[in-house]
Amino acid sequence: MNRLQQLFRYLFPPHGLTLDGHKQVSTSREVTTLAASQCSVLYLPLQQHAGSKARLKVAVGERVLRGQCLTWIEPGVSVPVHAPTSGHVLAIEARPVAHPSGLSDTCIVLGPDGLDEADPQGLPPLPDYTQLDDATLRCRICEAGIVGLGGAVFPAAIKLNVKPDVPIRQLIINGAECEPWITCDDMLMRTRADEILAGASLMLQVLASHAPDGKLTCLIGIEDNKPEAIASMQTALMALTLREGRSPPHTLRVVPIPTRYPAGGEKQLIRQLTGQEVPSGGRPADIGMICHNVATARAIYRAVALGEPLMSRYVTVTGDGVTAPANFEVPFGMPVGELVRHAGGMLEPDCTLNMGGSMMGMALHSEQVPVVKATNCIRVLRPLPEQAPDITLPCIRCGRCAEACPMSLLPQQLFWHAHARELEQAEALHLFDCIECGCCTHVCPSHIPLVSYYRFAKADIRSKRTARTLADQARTRHEFREQRLERARRERAEKLARHKAAVKQSPPTERNIPDDSGTAGVAATPPPAADDPRNAAIQAALERAQARKAALTQQEPRESGS
Amino acid sequence: MTQTTPPRTLPDVATLMRQVLYALLPGTALLLYLYGFGLLSNLILACLCAWGLEALMLHLRQRPLPPFLSDYSVIVTGWLLAVSLPACSPWWLILISMVFAVVIGKHLYGGLGQNPFNPAMLGYAAVLISFPLEMTRWPDPARTGFDAAGLDALLAGVFGIGSLHWDSLSGATPLDQVRMALHGGKSLVDSGMPLFSWPRTLGWNLLNLAWLGGGLWLLWQRVISWHIPVALLGSLTLFSGLFWLLDPGHYASPLFHLLQGATMLGAFFIATDPVTASTTPLGKILYAGGIGAFVYIIRTWGGYPDAMAFAVLIMNMAVPLLDHYTQPRVYGHRHRWLP
Repeated sequence: MNRLQQLFRYLFPPHGLTLDGHKQVSTSREVTTLAASQCSVLYLPLQQHAGSKARLKVAVGERVLRGQCLTWIEPGVSVPVHAPTSGHVLAIEARPVAHPSGLSDTCIVLGPDGLDEADPQGLPPLPDYTQLDDATLRCRICEAGIVGLGGAVFPAAIKLNVKPDVPIRQLIINGAECEPWITCDDMLMRTRADEILAGASLMLQVLASHAPDGKLTCLIGIEDNKPEAIASMQTALMALTLREGRSPPHTLRVVPIPTRYPAGGEKQLIRQLTGQEVPSGGRPADIGMICHNVATARAIYRAVALGEPLMSRYVTVTGDGVTAPANFEVPFGMPVGELVRHAGGMLEPDCTLNMGGSMMGMALHSEQVPVVKATNCIRVLRPLPEQAPDITLPCIRCGRCAEACPMSLLPQQLFWHAHARELEQAEALHLFDCIECGCCTHVCPSHIPLVSYYRFAKADIRSKRTARTLADQARTRHEFREQRLERARRERAEKLARHKAAVKQSPPTERNIPDDSGTAGVAATPPPAADDPRNAAIQAALERAQARKAALTQQEPRESGS
Repeated sequence: MTQTTPPRTLPDVATLMRQVLYALLPGTALLLYLYGFGLLSNLILACLCAWGLEALMLHLRQRPLPPFLSDYSVIVTGWLLAVSLPACSPWWLILISMVFAVVIGKHLYGGLGQNPFNPAMLGYAAVLISFPLEMTRWPDPARTGFDAAGLDALLAGVFGIGSLHWDSLSGATPLDQVRMALHGGKSLVDSGMPLFSWPRTLGWNLLNLAWLGGGLWLLWQRVISWHIPVALLGSLTLFSGLFWLLDPGHYASPLFHLLQGATMLGAFFIATDPVTASTTPLGKILYAGGIGAFVYIIRTWGGYPDAMAFAVLIMNMAVPLLDHYTQPRVYGHRHRWLP
């Protein structure tokens, strides 16, 4: 049987890649909590979430307290940023942030005063949260600045705010953590399993009204290369079940899944756990599911039960260039260089810093880049030995990329079209279904940076779409204006003709003519042309304006505006 | 972009091509044993021509030489042609076929990865059509070993000098013999072909088995996928089996077709050329199935001794269409045909 399975796997290999995880590098040490008050300085970017930038609430020189909200809570896709400790706002300026192109962004520079004084007006703890309704909970999740901590940093409250008529049957908690090197979720599950489960229960409570029969299933997917995390979560789940005693309203299950990158991608995890696929261009809610990361679940629990806004997260510091790789609970705003010093510093002075795992991570250009809500891992890498630059050969169409692609795309065809900038064909080959996991780039024997091509093509298509929309709007506006002017011209000419006819027919009683044209003429104007009934109101307004004009002045022979 | 490139532990193009060359070794060794100097001259001449023409074309096209000359792809092309052409092929025949393969088949289309037709088979087909006499004369293995007689044969065949007359050394391959017999209206038994005679018939069978061994190693190493060899051999077996069952007297058995001519070489080394093959799983199966069918058709009713080159070239033409219509279902999309 095993042999048969092996043969089957050979003939029809599953998508994705089996990668060397490098997980044990950073899991052997305890998790250390780093105090924000001990930091020399904190850089807090205003944009740490997907969506619109938050608006400043504080000014330079102002003293802020731990947990104080530094930005306004805005409507739309936005969450506030909180002060991780008490101190003074030293500056509000552009600082280097984690960005693929090394751009800067507005940051609040906070100088901690070491007192770590809590904000008395901060969020109050809600210990009896099980009695609260879903709107209150969502409001709290938003106020606490919680975003998806798996990397997408989409505001969690918005994800939980499902349209009233959409049924939700399953909550997926993502503990897969498939990227090599990263272990922050692993360590979180080992050490904070009870908080994760409490957070998951809270989310179930928020979503309960959407379940057709009031019952939800919560599946916690964890890759099977993390047996300690699986055991810890299962123990915590057992404890929770015992505590709840009688039949719980919802079912929670810890599900080990095969270790195969990118098992932790939302779409891949959903297919692995439920066998269903998220429709292209859609969201998991379209098939009755909501997916959240384990760290998000924990943050939600702490925000609701303890009144603690999102001010820190677990971050893995790992790589072959760091002295003591480990996981840390890091306050947001801590410069990456300082964090690496907490892990014993770099082994060699010319090591490079990377944020994220080896498949989707990006290089950091400065040690001053702060840890933000999206930071899951800092990799310190030894400089590679001097070697010939990586030469890109032409695509030989070997199809390894297509075999690896977890979305079943045809990467080499996409590359072909992206390379030739045939963007329509690339879109027809479902370019926008690409999740940029990097599997194709990893296996390419010609060393083609495929994902970069796809990113470029996507950005190109998006900017072209925007330009097209703007051009369409401008054209519509222009056409409408032309139409309006043309109509005005025509009506004026008609009116003039009518007047001429009236003058010719009626006896020349000189006194009556101006009155006629001013009042009776307008009143007798026939209803607007029936060809465009939508413009009737506009036409009426035009006529009124014309009448006023005509009443005030003598008729001009020619239009001046055209 | 500052996107970190993932670490590479996977084979690059040069490694893949080198593995193909390793897999060609058993069959080449057997050919060397059978034809001695005759095949050695083929190999040396073909690889030299291939390399030289590649360098020349890269220079003319102003492309960097080192990465392309060291990717072994042109050596694979030369090697495949060397083992496909009759042993002791004249030097000008090899040169012409390599010009067609490398210059016209590969570089005029844009170089590595851009050619729609298999370069080796293009070169082979060009000389097969142009010089049918030279292309159908395989020397008698008994007369071309690594000895003085072999050297004489080499001089006669390759350079046209020496005391021997080339025609006295060569003859048709078993496949050709059967085809000619059948075309002449004789039945298989009357064709006068000594079945299982060493080294003529059995040599070809062993050769095919050697290619098969190398090909299985490639499959195991995951250099090639199973789709193309399985579909090609499957369709060839299907068609030959069908006709053989209908009339065993006038149609050769599937085993004969599988173990004669260039069947195994084609199935594992030629049709699997990734550049010119279809890339989708279903596309690969249809592509290779088509090759198998054309091989049988041309072998049985065509005018050429072997059919692999033409079958591959014909199916190369269908590849863009196959690729277009056999795209796999993308995650989150409905199937193209199924509801």
